Amino acid sequence: MQNVKIKKTINFISQNFIYLFLLLLIIIIAFINPNFLSLTCLRDILLQCSTRVIIAVGMFCILLTGGVDLGAGRVIGFTAVLSASMLQTTDYARRFYPNLPQQPLFIPILIALLAGVVVGILNGIIISRFSVPPFIATLGTQVIVYGITSIYFDLPPNNSQPIGGLRKDFTFLGSGSIGGIPIIVILAILIAAIAWLVFTKTSFGKNTYAIGGNRQAAEVSGINVKMTLFIIYTVASLCFAFAGVLEAARTGGATNNYGFMYEFDAIAACFVGGVSTTGGIGTIPGVLAGVFIFGVINYGLTFIGINPYWQYILKGIVIVFAVAFDIRKYIAKK
Amino acid sequence: MNGENFILEMNNISKEFPGVKALDNVTLQVRPGTVHALMGENGAGKSTLMKCLFGIYKHDSGEIIIDGNKVEIKDSKTAINLGISMIHQELHPIPYRSVMENIWLGRFPMKNYVLFKLIDNKKMHEDTINLFRNLNINIEPNTIVGTMSVSKIQLMEIAKAVSYNSKVIIMDEPTSSLTEDEVDHLFTIIRDLKNRGVSIIYITHKIDEVLKIADEVTIMRDGKKMGTWVASELTRDLIISKMVGRELTNMFPPKSNVPGEVVLRVENLTSPFPKSFKNVSFELRKGEILGIGGLVGAQRTELVEAIFGLRSIESGKIFIKDKEVNIKSPTYAKNHRIALLTEERRATGIFPMLSVLENTVIANIKAYRKPSLLLDNKKIRKDVERSIEMLKIKTPSYKTLIKNLSGGNQQKVLIARWLLTTPDILILDEPTRGIDVGAKYEIYTIIAELAKQGKSIIMISSEMPELIGMSDRIMVMCEGRMSGIIEGNKVTEEEIMRLATKFIA
Repeated sequence: MQNVKIKKTINFISQNFIYLFLLLLIIIIAFINPNFLSLTCLRDILLQCSTRVIIAVGMFCILLTGGVDLGAGRVIGFTAVLSASMLQTTDYARRFYPNLPQQPLFIPILIALLAGVVVGILNGIIISRFSVPPFIATLGTQVIVYGITSIYFDLPPNNSQPIGGLRKDFTFLGSGSIGGIPIIVILAILIAAIAWLVFTKTSFGKNTYAIGGNRQAAEVSGINVKMTLFIIYTVASLCFAFAGVLEAARTGGATNNYGFMYEFDAIAACFVGGVSTTGGIGTIPGVLAGVFIFGVINYGLTFIGINPYWQYILKGIVIVFAVAFDIRKYIAKK
Repeated sequence: MNGENFILEMNNISKEFPGVKALDNVTLQVRPGTVHALMGENGAGKSTLMKCLFGIYKHDSGEIIIDGNKVEIKDSKTAINLGISMIHQELHPIPYRSVMENIWLGRFPMKNYVLFKLIDNKKMHEDTINLFRNLNINIEPNTIVGTMSVSKIQLMEIAKAVSYNSKVIIMDEPTSSLTEDEVDHLFTIIRDLKNRGVSIIYITHKIDEVLKIADEVTIMRDGKKMGTWVASELTRDLIISKMVGRELTNMFPPKSNVPGEVVLRVENLTSPFPKSFKNVSFELRKGEILGIGGLVGAQRTELVEAIFGLRSIESGKIFIKDKEVNIKSPTYAKNHRIALLTEERRATGIFPMLSVLENTVIANIKAYRKPSLLLDNKKIRKDVERSIEMLKIKTPSYKTLIKNLSGGNQQKVLIARWLLTTPDILILDEPTRGIDVGAKYEIYTIIAELAKQGKSIIMISSEMPELIGMSDRIMVMCEGRMSGIIEGNKVTEEEIMRLATKFIA
């Protein structure tokens, strides 16, 4: 009897390791400084995590197919610069387009999102039509995207100056609240919810799991694998593009180096959240837990007054050990 | 056999791969409501022909006619829509997903929720239960496939193929991992499908199965069609001669090995896992061929892998030449001169993208290290060439990638690999699985010769004629326990079967 109970407990822990780890982390920090458990802190962490959630959701789609996108950060930089350049106040001294009349808010945003989607379409074609491994395809396109962003950013009269003076209605997207809840948080929750619905309840989602689990089996089951991959890369890029726009709105500016290396944070969050490195395994709640583990480390360590550089060491340890523990679920016991 | 209606005609199909004419003007005509067996050695082109039919390959010339209409099959989806489904030989399912998701993949039942079309899990569950009930299969639809036994997965694949309600079902080696009872079960399903007017294209090596279930038989050799016969007109010998192009008088080579002193003794070996092997004891003599028989799932593979140091042991002892040994890993096993040819040749045997040469020497690479730490390529080449000659490995050169060899020749390379480690004890796990008749005989000859040279051999096999024909003694296992050891030449298939099912309630 005792044995069965212990086994059940062990099983429960290993099945829910990520969530328990997040809980433990919060408890430890709250133990050191009980003020951590306040609404302000929760709000701050949610705020910091929201763009990361959007990026991680995009990355999740791709990792699930067994691929990867090394260009996520560069797309963020691209769309941040694009949207910011068209959304400066008309009385700002160093305007990107000195003579551009005030646009309705959605037009520059739409242009930026479309630009991001174009990158995704490009990735999708290279990967699904020409069978270039995603690692290499996105490694190539990210350099191109960075080049384009930098050339655009360097256009006169801007000449590589940080873009500032953004319109209030735009920055409101990134820093404003509705009913006390930051808009950006609402958007992140919305996107995560849609992704959860798609991956648990629709055939498109299940097909994606199938492709990552066994591509050949998916093919002979009549799934259009190439089309599915194409859509996945495009949609993921849309997520990155949206995150880029929100980053510009949140910080009130943009440079060509925005988003640099963000893809690695997203990949780390997904893997810590239980997504398989070979594809076919992973859940949205897991990914959210992954993002929040890093969010809590980021915010919590500063909150209890530890040298912020310690974060990096702790993050690295978490990546390796969380995955080492989580993967035990899938290792065949001999 | 002319002039009547066919549900499916593949006329004059040709397909060329770089350097190989895989299909040469092959014609296959299948009648409605019949079982049409497609036979031939490995590499004869059966699977290629079916892959053309299922839209996985595209044929270079020829036409496909279904129900009187000429069709163009550009992918699997088209094939499915045209009423064809297929049980694939080498395809594994999606291991992390549930049984029902695997079955309805690509055509999940949907339901409208306000704005969205979402998967109807409840209907999918019901459909799966109904499907399984009709086929008398007992699997819970929510089981994660990766946790099921191979034979259950095979049953699931069969159910999946049936669930398409196709006019033609292709079954590529459907019984490769089924127990005898499950084969009977499959045959019941096939007869039922026949009665409902479904045609089955049945690919197999197993001649007994063909004689039992097929209405017509088409035999292929080297990418060409040898002919189509009514099954009742065929005999075992006739089929073999058509398949290999020569008369095979003996299934097994003569043996002249003389078992000597005991080299390996296993006492009460028990696995830490309750469902695995327990209390297994046996002895193996010098120059002896010890067969291990049993049903799939009898834990035979687990037992020999434990002896080889791949799996953990809870209790029990292993003695080599009367000295107790502790084999913690395959490295220890190698040092004790034990070699193991694994069951899953493709998954755990060959390195497909490496050459025959590299595949041959990989287990013995240290022996070729010069004092400078570089490898002695001359010696490697000499040894590999000698192996190729000795085991009659058919390969254009030692530089050829092993994935381009036939299954039988791949297996010979693996045997060569382990022979280079100069083992005293050679464990062969299903050494002839998926290998054609002609190559099987050659493998048997090699095994008999090795035993004669004084090597001790443990051979796991699910093919009873092979066990009886090759073994000096046969140990039969059932549900992880040893159910008996019998002298090879006195044994009948019935006796092995009786022991193999001894502990099954």
